[in-house]
Amino acid sequence: MSVDKDTVRRIAHLARVQVAEEKLDALAGEMNNILDWVEQLNELDVTDVEPMTSAVETTLHWREDKVTDGNKAEDVLANAPDAEYGFFSVPKVIE
Amino acid sequence: MNTDKTYTVKGVTGDWEIVVGLEVHAQVISNAKLFSGASAAFGAEPNANVSLVDAAMPGMLPVINGECVRQAVRTGLALGAQINKWSRFDRKNYFYADLPQGYQISQFQFPIVGEGEVVVDLGEGRTKTVGIERLHLEQDAGKSLHDQHPDATYVDLNRSGVALMEIVSKPDMRSPEEAGAYVRKLRTILRYIGSCDGNMEEGSMRADVNVSVRKSGDPLGTRCEIKNVNSMRFVMQAIEYEARRQVDIIEDGGMIKQETRLFDPNKGETRSMRSKEEAHDYRYFPDPDLLPLEFDDAFMTDAKASLPELPDAKKIRFTESLGLSGYNASVLVAEKENADYFEALLAEIVKATGKGEREVAKQAANWVISDLFGHLNKSGAAISDSPVSPAGGAELLKLITDGVISGRIAKDVFEIMYETGKSAAAIVEEKGLQQVSDTGEIEALIDQIIAGNPGQVAAYRGGKDKLFGFFVGQVMKATGGKANPQVVNKLLRKKL
Amino acid sequence: MTDLTRLTIAGARDGLKKGDFSARELTSAHIAELEAARALNAYIVETPDQALRMADKADQRLKEGDAPGLCGIPLAIKDLFCTEGVLSTAGSHILNGFRPRYESTVTANLWRDGAVMLGKVNMDEFAMGSSNEHSHYGPVKNPWRAKGSDQDLVPGGSSGGSAASVAAHIAMGATGTDTGGSIRQPAALTGIVGMKPTYGRCSRWGVVAFASSLDHPGPFGRTVRDTAIMLGSMAGYDAKDSTSVNRPVPDYEAGLGKGVKGMKIGVPKEYRTDGMPEEIDALWQKGIDWLRDQGAEIVVVSLPHTKYALPAYYIVAPAEASSNLARYDGVRYGLREKVDGGGLDDMYEATRAAGFGDEVKRRILIGTYVLSAGYYDAYYLKAQKVRTLIANDFHSVFKKVDALLTPTAPNAAFPLGDKLDDPLAMYFNDVFTVPANLAGVPAISVPAGLTGDGLPLGLQVIGKAFDEETVFTVGQAIEDAADFTAKPEAWWRD
Repeated sequence: MSVDKDTVRRIAHLARVQVAEEKLDALAGEMNNILDWVEQLNELDVTDVEPMTSAVETTLHWREDKVTDGNKAEDVLANAPDAEYGFFSVPKVIE
Repeated sequence: MNTDKTYTVKGVTGDWEIVVGLEVHAQVISNAKLFSGASAAFGAEPNANVSLVDAAMPGMLPVINGECVRQAVRTGLALGAQINKWSRFDRKNYFYADLPQGYQISQFQFPIVGEGEVVVDLGEGRTKTVGIERLHLEQDAGKSLHDQHPDATYVDLNRSGVALMEIVSKPDMRSPEEAGAYVRKLRTILRYIGSCDGNMEEGSMRADVNVSVRKSGDPLGTRCEIKNVNSMRFVMQAIEYEARRQVDIIEDGGMIKQETRLFDPNKGETRSMRSKEEAHDYRYFPDPDLLPLEFDDAFMTDAKASLPELPDAKKIRFTESLGLSGYNASVLVAEKENADYFEALLAEIVKATGKGEREVAKQAANWVISDLFGHLNKSGAAISDSPVSPAGGAELLKLITDGVISGRIAKDVFEIMYETGKSAAAIVEEKGLQQVSDTGEIEALIDQIIAGNPGQVAAYRGGKDKLFGFFVGQVMKATGGKANPQVVNKLLRKKL
Repeated sequence: MTDLTRLTIAGARDGLKKGDFSARELTSAHIAELEAARALNAYIVETPDQALRMADKADQRLKEGDAPGLCGIPLAIKDLFCTEGVLSTAGSHILNGFRPRYESTVTANLWRDGAVMLGKVNMDEFAMGSSNEHSHYGPVKNPWRAKGSDQDLVPGGSSGGSAASVAAHIAMGATGTDTGGSIRQPAALTGIVGMKPTYGRCSRWGVVAFASSLDHPGPFGRTVRDTAIMLGSMAGYDAKDSTSVNRPVPDYEAGLGKGVKGMKIGVPKEYRTDGMPEEIDALWQKGIDWLRDQGAEIVVVSLPHTKYALPAYYIVAPAEASSNLARYDGVRYGLREKVDGGGLDDMYEATRAAGFGDEVKRRILIGTYVLSAGYYDAYYLKAQKVRTLIANDFHSVFKKVDALLTPTAPNAAFPLGDKLDDPLAMYFNDVFTVPANLAGVPAISVPAGLTGDGLPLGLQVIGKAFDEETVFTVGQAIEDAADFTAKPEAWWRD
């Protein structure tokens, strides 16, 4: 599996990171180096192995259905680059 | 029993069948959000019901609200579905202004509820079984307001993180009518068990509608998904429009592009959603901030025990034990509040008259459906606002059963009860509406009428049977409608 | 270094209790030292006023006799921890100007116990790196230099500022986070102790996430005892973190001093890698001998999947990171790059391009790629399965031994810029530390000796899940035997 320029462009857009056209090749090279290196995992047969998704052996703690938070619009908006009338403001979206 | 009428879209190349599947998003009734302690209530000031978790501040972590889990399990049980005691939350990754985390916590691979089914009522005794593919828990997104500023979109995160159940049907529906009936039935069930308020205007229930068309017997066509349709009528309109659109494109030699569309209720049209044009790649993976969601049999048993009688079971009981018609039973069970009113009324009548439920059920059902619903509809009121209580209704119906007033007079009495809130007995007393059953009094009146209408009497006796009604009318007129009709009939036949 | 900054946490605590000096004096001494050590670039934000206020409060508590273990102890806080009202950047430009309205659970625990915050310390951006060169605020310099050289060396990473500040005595201890070795490797490269506890021991609430299933907050100190004292305060169940484990936190300090007599110590043969420097191999052997001499039984063991840990890590960590870092979008906090006439997507792309550094972008792209349609099974799912094999390796070996002894890092501190152009060479720094992150088991790095050039080297002790006590005990045995007293020369002072 080798990553080409188009793939990097597509992935970069999926990740919403602008990458200059002239940098795509270099990035593809770097990604391929890393991906080629991780290919060594293919030496292992993991067909019957369960994937591990967490390092903790515990059960999920459930919260009670109580309102314990909120009413802090000021805190929520305090760091916003652009907020108006209590809303976050972003460039106009056309649906 | 399945529907026998096949819905088709007529095209120049023949008839087209439509295939519809729905993803209904139902907001879970809970105090707090799915993964935070902020209120899930509707209608607060912008960003008031938002915790730092909902705003995805750096380092904030989700903690599951147990009530949302319970509600999902209850809903699954009510849909007769497979409950998965082990399920998992995954992240669905995409960027959008009202999705603060940059991902939605959802359940992709292992949902909490698996396959089930819903029996949908199509009227005239027709039903259809629609398969449920799955039900899973997920976070709602915030709200984008596009019309408040010429160059900006405003974002309110109050809904961000509110618990939703996504209920995915199988592509089993074949007409707009079936889809509408399915949403209606789902809403009824959710409202019965109190897991969602079903309020489509406020967005607590909305549907993504998948539509494709094909020639009968062909494999499934390419589908389009119409997002966020928020009324049953719009679901039906959107399907109708979309199916027509697809048939026209195919018959013009075109291809259906799999895409996300929006329904515009003003124009009655669907259109492509610009913001969703690009191909999706949600990069689902298990949320590492959460552990698998697990519960035991006792949790399920408790959830099951908390379920009320469900509409299908209630309908069967109403027809089989109470002897109601299928139609009346359907009408009564469609809303839990209506069924509850009817059952309370029934209990009051039984208490007041000492009669059996089955003896009085039909009369009670007829009265609720025609008189009470009629008035409520006219004044646009909900049953919870009814000025006549079940006990009040029972008192009125007992006056009929006891022969104190006639059914006709009862309608007038009810009218006054509805307007004034007074009790039936008080109105009858006040207005002197008691039925006249005194044979002597009625006999005297009949004698007068016979004496006063010799021509009619002669004609009747000459074989003009129809004139009997004329004499009944005369007696009723003379008594202001209060004469007991049975007594009048009996005496008239004797005298004539 | 003054007399007060020379103290250990344990020593300072005792001095404070006896009234030999005040918390204000102790804090002031550290503030003066850190201000004179700006050449190290260890601190992103210095908070002297807040530190003195906290010190005064600590003095009050000391006077009232309500003085928990860390009362009046000045600490450096890795900038990955959100601190209320104080700039918290994760070493990234994208969190430009971000002042959280909340305090991370771990730092709140430290303040509850009377600790004093000197400031926020530098780190690799979003904790991604092994040299602290990937910081928006510039690289941190290692207080250590090779004998006779004035070349600047890296302090390791990602908690380079934490390690450098403790090593240079401009903080008595520091918080760090360890996702693949980010506490232990810099501890080793700067000659101090760094402890990564069991996953679930320290709450991640309020810690900027890098890779959620691998991130472990933990302490830095100059002695094993100091890290035990700090962990005792930092650890504990937190209902706000679903992966936090609800079990009592032992008194780690009280558990010290038991010695290793009768313990079985495993030496995993797979950690003897090709091309490992002779000096590191020799130090490892020394460590083995020290423990044997103190009565431990040494057992050669096998962790057969060790070589696959690093590649598996470089799939899992970037994948989680690509999702965790999606929230930095210029909408609610931090940097926003406006694009004239541009829409929302343009704003996102420009903001994230300007806000993230090259290493972060590289990992976001790798992570996005391995999760994308068609590649999930081949990369992410496979890596998670390999992770199971690695965790199983530890489970089986811990049926036979009480702890494992390995080198911490495959090399000593290296010159700034040396590995910057070769990501894979940089990643290789974590080859010995990553397996413990994948398995979630506790591990400590203890300074154990110097290279021929006079640079510190560390040994790592890995223990069973939730058995930090044994890890501290074995670590202390190494510490005692190594008698590591070397200090860097204070070349950085003005």
